[in-house]
Amino acid sequence: MPILGVALLAACTLAGLFAGDLLGAALGLEANVGGVGVAMLLLIALTNLPGRRLGPETPTGNGVQFWSLMYIPIIVAMAAKQNVFAAVSGGVMAAVAGVLAVVAAFALVPVLSRWAQRP
Amino acid sequence: MMERLFRFAGDNGLLVAFVFVGAIMVLAYWLSRRVARGKVHGSAIAIALGLLLAFWAGADTGGKNGVADYPLLAGIGVLGGNMFRDFAIVATAFGVRMEDLRKAGLVGALSVPIGVVLSFAVGAAVALAFGLTDPAEITTIGAGAATYIVGPVTGASLGVSSRIISLSIAAGLVKAVLVMVATPLVARRIGLDNPASAMVYGGLMGTTSGVTGGLAATDPKLVPYGAMTSTFYTGLGCLLGPSLIYLVIRAVL
Repeated sequence: MPILGVALLAACTLAGLFAGDLLGAALGLEANVGGVGVAMLLLIALTNLPGRRLGPETPTGNGVQFWSLMYIPIIVAMAAKQNVFAAVSGGVMAAVAGVLAVVAAFALVPVLSRWAQRP
Repeated sequence: MMERLFRFAGDNGLLVAFVFVGAIMVLAYWLSRRVARGKVHGSAIAIALGLLLAFWAGADTGGKNGVADYPLLAGIGVLGGNMFRDFAIVATAFGVRMEDLRKAGLVGALSVPIGVVLSFAVGAAVALAFGLTDPAEITTIGAGAATYIVGPVTGASLGVSSRIISLSIAAGLVKAVLVMVATPLVARRIGLDNPASAMVYGGLMGTTSGVTGGLAATDPKLVPYGAMTSTFYTGLGCLLGPSLIYLVIRAVL
């Protein structure tokens, strides 16, 4: 049943986000630390249980797959609710700091990737 | 009649949002095929259109939530909010192979602290260049260059003025928007085409909205890998910013 997949996905998301919330609180932060990452690992583990792997073509798998396909529309909605006006009109210092941080990070991506792929 | 329609749309906000985003997608894929001749991916155009509409709405309404500040489109705030975003990001992990995650494990994990320190350093250098001298203010601008959440969290705990805090939020917003727009353009040049480099990219950039938007426009298959590392970035930034990094910046000055 597709609802089983949706329920599994929701349960993993909730468990991961709450774990991230608790971890943040334990560190004295008002931020979620790694909640989405924990939730993803949970989902990967639970859909790859030995002997009963959950495929995307099964009815239960369809329930998860649907939300993975809805990802881009949700990101488009997220883009449409960003405070772009504040970003553009935030002043020269803010713009320079933001742009240079992005340029520096882009420049480091190939360096660290090469390191990651070394045997 | 109009008032009735607005109230009706408000009561059915999420459904209105589905139609609105669907219309953007149709337009974006048409532009991708006809105007960009397939050279720019439809999802990249859709995200750019979303940002453009958000800018226009922000200028028009004076609000903070882009098009979601129009009562008619309030549902966009739900569909594009954190709950649905996280739900869909986790869903993209369905079908991820454990081996791919493990392959870039150590460097992927290291890329997060490297990215946090890098952003703080760049932001702090810019603040210095613009004539700031107070270490707390300089740290806050550096925090904004990390993400638009690290900025205000760091600024609040260091007790800087609200003007500096809004500057740090603006720096973080510039970063998020630029990452969304620029990633598909530079992806090939920086070798962003495999799970390992996506994990490194997520850890170095850190801004969840930027990373997930940028990867969606580049190659949706890479989204879970970038999301996996960037999810630790804001937390680490909030942890290090007001403590270790502030102390280092104060010692250096």
